[in-house]
Parts: sequence; C-alpha cells; structure tokens
Amino acid sequence: MCGIVGLFLKDKSLEPRLGDMLTDMLITMTDRGPDSAGIAIYGEGSDKTAKLTVQSADADTDFAALETDLGSAIDAPVKLRRLDTHAVIELPADKLTQARQALRELRPDVRVMSAGESIEIYKEVGLPKDVAHRFGIEKMSGTHGIGHTRMATESAVTTMGAHPFSTGADQCLVHNGSLSNHNSLRRKLRRMGMNIETENDTEVGAAYLSWKMQNGSTLGEALESSLEDLDGFFTFVVGTKDGFGVVRDPIACKPAVMAETDQYVAFGSEYRALVNLPGIEDARVWEPEPATVYFWSH
Amino acid sequence: MQTFDLEAQGLRALNETLHAQATDTNQTSWEVINAKGSHAIAVGLDAPIEVTVKGSTGYYCGGMNKQATINVHGSAGPGVGENMMSGTIIVEGDASQYAGATGHGGLLVIKGNASSRCGISMKGIDIVVHGNIGHMSAFMAQSGNLVVLGDAGDALGDSCYEARLFVRGEVKSLGADCEKKEMRPEHIEILKDLLERAGADAKPEEFTRYGSARNLYNFDVDNASAY
Repeated sequence: MCGIVGLFLKDKSLEPRLGDMLTDMLITMTDRGPDSAGIAIYGEGSDKTAKLTVQSADADTDFAALETDLGSAIDAPVKLRRLDTHAVIELPADKLTQARQALRELRPDVRVMSAGESIEIYKEVGLPKDVAHRFGIEKMSGTHGIGHTRMATESAVTTMGAHPFSTGADQCLVHNGSLSNHNSLRRKLRRMGMNIETENDTEVGAAYLSWKMQNGSTLGEALESSLEDLDGFFTFVVGTKDGFGVVRDPIACKPAVMAETDQYVAFGSEYRALVNLPGIEDARVWEPEPATVYFWSH
Repeated sequence: MQTFDLEAQGLRALNETLHAQATDTNQTSWEVINAKGSHAIAVGLDAPIEVTVKGSTGYYCGGMNKQATINVHGSAGPGVGENMMSGTIIVEGDASQYAGATGHGGLLVIKGNASSRCGISMKGIDIVVHGNIGHMSAFMAQSGNLVVLGDAGDALGDSCYEARLFVRGEVKSLGADCEKKEMRPEHIEILKDLLERAGADAKPEEFTRYGSARNLYNFDVDNASAY
C-alpha cells in the first residue's frame, strides 16, 4: 500500500495553515502506511539563498558545531535551524555545491534530504502522527507540499527508505506502488553516473527522473518517458519549486483522488484524506486518468 | 427514519445495527451521516431496508449486499457493491475502480462515471452507468448486464464469458475475445427494463451490444497469443 497526500495552494491566505492541513491529511492516511512518513514542504525562498535539509542519526553530535564548521569551510555566512533529527541549513546560493562537498568531508554520516531554494524534506520511521509532531510540521507555512505514509514492500524500513526522495534542486518524488525493473534500472543509472544510495525502488524512480532532466528533458517529458521505461505499479506525485505533478501507470490500480477549488488543488490516495479541507463539499473531485501527466504551478 | 452518525458512533456499530435488522423490521429507513469517505459502509446487509449515505464513501460500500437498497449521496470509492447478491445500490456521483466486481445479482446504478475495471468478473449483477467507464471494464465478466450510457475505455470485455455489454457511446478498444454483437429483440427488452429501473434517459436502440466471441473458451494452440 502507501498513502500519498498533496496540497497546492492558490489562495495565499491559506499559506500559514499549509502544514496544519497537510498533517491532518497525512495522519488520515496512517493505515495505508504506518511504518514511516515524510513530507516535502515548499516555503519562502529567494534565489540568493539555498536551503539544505540534512538528517543525522546522531544529531546532537553532528549538528552541535556544524554551523560554525560549515561557515568556515565555505567562507560564507551559514544559518542552521535544527528540528529533531533534521536541520535546515541556509547559505548563499552560489556556495551550495561547495557546501555539499564540505559537508561530506566534515560530517560524512550526515545525509542530505533535499537542496534548493524553497524545498524542505522531513522524513523518519514511525507513525505519521509521531513523525509530523517531531518536526512540528503542523506549524509550518508554505505554498505547497507533499506527504507520504509508507508500508514498505521493496526495501527495509529505514529513514533513507522513507519518501519523499529528492530528485534534484527543489524537486522530490513520492510513490505508491512497486517498480519491478528497479534492479536493472539501478545498475544502468549507476553506470551513467547517478548516485543511488539505497535498495529502494522509488529512489530508482527518482534517480531516473533526475537523469532524464540532466539530459535535457523537462519534468513533464521525464514523467512521460517514465511511462515507457518504468515497469510496475505507480502513482507518482512530484514536487517542484512552483507546484506539483501527478502521473499514474497505465494499469492505474494504485488509487488517486484529486479535488480542486478556487483555493487549492489537493491530492489524496483516498477521498478520506481530503474531507477536512475547507469547501471540500463543493470542490470538483475526480480521479486522475491512467498514463496521463497532470501539472499545477504558480 | 433512523439517523446514524458514523463519526460519533463508529463503523462497527453501524454495520452491527444494520445487520440486526430482520426481514420484517419496522425500521426500514436509515440515514448515515458524516460518511467522510469511510470504508466498508453498509456491507453485508441482508434485509429489505433502505440506507441513504450522506456524503462520499471509501472502499467497498455496500459490498455483499442482499435485499437492501443503498443510496450514496456522493461518490463511491473502490469496490462499491463488490460481490453483491441482490438489492439495489445507487451512487449519485462517480464510482472508483472495480465497481460491482464479482457481483452475483441485484442492480448497481452509477449516475456519474465509473473508473477502471467496472464489473470485473461480474457473475449475474446488472450495472448501469450513466456516464463513462474506464479501462479493463467487464474483464472476465461471466454473466449479467453492463449498460453504459457514455463511453468505454480500453480493453472492454477482455476474456469475457456470457455477460452482455451495452455501450451507447464510443468504445476505445475491445479486449481479447470481445466482439460487437447483433442487437436482437430480447436485448432491446432487457435494456428497456434496465434503463427504466436505473432512471436513465436513453433509448435501447441507441446502444451497441458486445460480448464474447467464444474463441478462448477451450484452449487452441492457434489462439495462444491471445491469452
């Protein structure tokens, strides 16, 4: 199984409530995926500042002097905000590549969850309500976000096996389903130089999209070609800086419901996830068609 | 009219209460409020009662129904009326995938659209969809009638047996061993009755009948590629 929720706000007045609404949707999807949960939230950003969200199994040690250490390594102002096992590091955008290199040397055990202008990814093992509360997701504001509750089938229950998976700057992927050609595709993508860290099928899907985009595809084109190259079941929701996209495999046995009002576009694996959204009674509610790419952006 | 607040009283209490209604119950009319997409609403009923669900339902609403009439004032999630035996289910909105799957009898009416696998493996149920149906509908359908006022998606009636499929609009593609059939007077009669009972404003003559070409019933090596 697995549960997916997504919310793209059109009405700015709802932005302070994004985290609250997404948390409620995510918790409703607990019985579709009780073993781990994650959320990608897109908040305020500027093209001069990069945000690096990192995770550590030993956050007390790893994050203690990281702000100073990283600042001296890249010779630029760095701001670190810790949330439980994660930390969001803000630094000048032009120093991002250098910072990621320095981070690998300074703290080899720290994992990068996401990088970009506005994206922050938080994910951990545990019940969705516990994961959401650990990071205080309900208090976060933003323009759009995607959440995932995981019931693992293809790889172990670990933080790195949880979704969303980052697919590039400000991009992420969540998946309900299982890919059957992920082993061969992983080998192929690794030969092409893609970095794939886990045995997880979704990470291969994410790396595939990144690889396509590095080779000149737009996200829409990459999603279109995923219908040809990925074998298995999938409902994907993809987040970008400006919005989110949805694609289902041609068999479309993994559920998906969408709702749209003047205020938002919402995605849920089930209608249940959407019932507490404002004005849902009068929303246009439909199921996304199989093998069709949908996209909403600001 | 008995009103049941699903949110306050819970799903188990709802289904236990409805199951407790005997054939000669005086409480024949029930209204379920705060459905909120919950799963398994009014499953396994076996009494001639009327249940109206306010709002949309989740998985398997009205599954295994016998005798009861269930109205969904909203849309229905996957597997509405799955394996129903008799009675009537009417969905005012849309239905998700595999509506009426494996149904043995009764009437399932969907006033909006139904998505993929509508009537998969149906075994005697009558399904009337006022709108369109998705791909792989009536896959392995064995008997009963599937009536579609709109269009059908890919692979309609793949590997079907003796179910009758009536489509008024376009069929995107037919599945293996499904073919267009002649509309005979008895089919017009069946359709007329079903359309009337489903409150559908359409003429039987506007429909095309599809059914099994019966080439895959017995294994023939020349048909190997079609399996």
